[in-house]
Amino acid sequence: MAPQLSPGHVVVIGGGATGAGVVHDLALRGVRATLLERGAFTSGTSGRQHGVLHSGARYAVSDQESAVECIRESRILRTIAPGSFEENGGLFVALNDDDMGYLEPFLQGCAACGIPATVHRRDAALRLEPNLNPAVKVAVEVPDATVDPMRMVFRFLATAQRNGADLRPFTEVTGLVRHGCTITGVLARDYLLERDYELGADIVVNAAGPWAGQVGALAGVSVPMRPSPGVLLALNGRFCDKILNHLHKSGDGDIIVPQRRESLVGTTSWVVEDPDDLPVPEDHVAMMYREGAKLVPAVASATRRAAWSAARPLVGGGGAATGRELSRTFQCFDHKQPDGVEGLVTITGGKATTLRAMAQAAADVVCGKLGIAVACRTTEAVLLPHTAYYDQRGEQR
Amino acid sequence: MSEAVATAPDQRPAAGQTRRFVVSRLKPGDLRPRFDDFEVVVADWTTVLDVLRDIRVHQDRSLTLRYSCCHASCGTCGVRVNGKEVLGCVTNVAGLGAGPIVVEPLANTPVQHDLVVDMRGLYEGLQPPQRPLVRQSERKRADDADRDGAAEFVRFEDCIECGLCLSACPIVGTDPRYLGPAALAAAWRVAQEPRGADPAAVLAWVDDEHGCWRCHSSFECSEVCPAGVDPAGAIMALRRELTARKLRRLMGLGRRVDDE
Repeated sequence: MAPQLSPGHVVVIGGGATGAGVVHDLALRGVRATLLERGAFTSGTSGRQHGVLHSGARYAVSDQESAVECIRESRILRTIAPGSFEENGGLFVALNDDDMGYLEPFLQGCAACGIPATVHRRDAALRLEPNLNPAVKVAVEVPDATVDPMRMVFRFLATAQRNGADLRPFTEVTGLVRHGCTITGVLARDYLLERDYELGADIVVNAAGPWAGQVGALAGVSVPMRPSPGVLLALNGRFCDKILNHLHKSGDGDIIVPQRRESLVGTTSWVVEDPDDLPVPEDHVAMMYREGAKLVPAVASATRRAAWSAARPLVGGGGAATGRELSRTFQCFDHKQPDGVEGLVTITGGKATTLRAMAQAAADVVCGKLGIAVACRTTEAVLLPHTAYYDQRGEQR
Repeated sequence: MSEAVATAPDQRPAAGQTRRFVVSRLKPGDLRPRFDDFEVVVADWTTVLDVLRDIRVHQDRSLTLRYSCCHASCGTCGVRVNGKEVLGCVTNVAGLGAGPIVVEPLANTPVQHDLVVDMRGLYEGLQPPQRPLVRQSERKRADDADRDGAAEFVRFEDCIECGLCLSACPIVGTDPRYLGPAALAAAWRVAQEPRGADPAAVLAWVDDEHGCWRCHSSFECSEVCPAGVDPAGAIMALRRELTARKLRRLMGLGRRVDDE
C-alpha cells in the first residue's frame, strides 16, 4: 500500500539520530520528506557515541529536565525498537567518602524524576560485578541499557524509507535558497554523480547536530551551538555486564560501557568551534585508562582497540568552558522569531535516547507551519529492523 | 567531582610522517575504477579510517565511504588495504609497513561508488525467506551465571555484518549460489542456541552443495573476521553436526532427530 503523501515538501539536513527521527515522524504523518546527509548516515556524532540508552540517572541531580526526558523516552524506545537493547542495567558506584556524600542527592534526584534505583551494598555489588574495584562502598542499580547506536538509527531510517521518505546520503547542503525572508529550498552537492542541484522545500529542518551552527550560518541565523567533543576509548575484553558509572558529579572518564566483547571508557569534554577534524589527544586517552581503572582495576592493563572523538551537540551561551555545565536537553528553534527567517526550523541539543521526542518536537512545529493537523504516531509505531534499510536500497541512484 | 580534568587540546597533536595513500575511485557511470593519490600526515595512532576522513575534510569531499562507530562495533568501514580485508577504524597506519598504502572497496560484491559496496548480498544471505539469521538482543536470562563466556550469553551477537568474510572468501566470488561464511556462521549460531528457532530446518538449509559443503577450508574468513566469529570453524562444526546426524540415521540409532 503506497502511503498517501501530502503536497508539502520538507527537506531535513543531517542524517544522524535527529534527522532520522524527524523524517520517520514526518513520513508517519504522511508528509513528504527528503533527508540529506553529506556523508554516510550516522557518520557524525550519532554512531560514535558510547551506546547508552540512558535511564536519566546520570542527570538526576544536576539536569532533571533531561533526566525526566531520558526515563520517559527510554521506555518508549524499548517498546518501538524491541531487540535493539541489551537489558543489562547500569550501576552507579561509590568508591570513597566524597562519593557517599553524593548518594543521597542522587537517590532523591532519581526518585524525583521517577527513575527506579536500587542500592546494593558492597558484597552484593561485587557479586553483580566481580571486576569492580573492591573499594566499592555501595552501587546503585538503574535501568540503563546498552544500545547499538548505528543500528537503532538505521531502524528509524528503514521505517521512514518504507513510508515514503527520500533518503539521500553523500549529499551535502552547500547553500540555502532564499526569496526575501523565506527559505524556499536548498542547494545540494551530490557526491555520487558529482553535480550540484537545487531542491525546493516548504520547510527546511536543520538537524545537523553539532554542525547546526554551520547550517544556520547558511541562512544568516545564529544557532547557539557549543559543539563539545569527548574522547572515548574502546578496550579489548568485556570487563562488566552492567554499564558502570562513577557515582559523582559528571566528570572525565567516569563511565564504562560493555559492548559485545569490548568495553568502552568515556569520556572527556571540551568545546570547539568546528566539529570536523577533532583531535584524539593522547593525554585524554591516558586519562581514560587512569579513571576507568578506578572503577575496574583491570582496565589499566587492557589492550587498546580504538580511541576516537565525538562532538556533543550542546546548546548554550558563549561562556561555557568544558560543556559539562550545559544541559543535555534539546531545543527547537523556529527561525521566524526572532530571526525573521521563514521556512527554517532547527532541532538540536539532546541525546540519542531522546531522539524520538526531539523529532516529535520538530515535526509538530513543521506540521503547524504547514497547516497539517495529523497527530504524532511515533510513540506506538514499531520500527522495522535495521536490515530493512538495505533491503530497500536499489542501485543507489 | 573528579580531581582529574582533561585539558582542552589547543590544536592537532604534533604531526608525524607523511604517507602516500592510493585510493580506488568509482562513480556511477564510470567504465572502471581509477586510483587517486593523496598525501596525509599520520601520527602513531592514526588509523586508515582517520586518514580517509582526513582526506574528506581537507582534500576531496567527494570521496565516499561508510563509517559510523570508529571502534569496530558497527562494521561499516570495511575496505581492502594493500589487498587485505580490514576495518579501517582499527587498522593503524603505523602497522602497514613502508610504501604506498592502497585502499580499495571490498571484493565479491558490486561497488556502488568509491569505497561503498552493495551490502544487499550480505543481508540477503543472513535473511533467507522465513529464516532471519540476524539476531537481536534479548533480555538476559535471570539464571545466567556465566561471567565472561560470551558464547553462552544472550546479548548482541558477535557478527557485526561487516562483510569482510565475503570479500576474503575465494568461493563467494566464483559461486554466486554459495551461502557464504557470514550466513553459515549465523546458521551455526542458531543450531547452537536455537532460542525458539528450529535448528533442524536451518541444518537442512545449509546441507547443500552450495551450502556448508562448498567451502574449500581456506579459512580466509576467520582470518579477516574483526569480531572473532570464526565462520570457518562454524562451517566445520556444521559439517560435523550434519555427518553425525546422518550416521545416527544410517545406524538406526534412536528416533530420527532431524526434519526429514
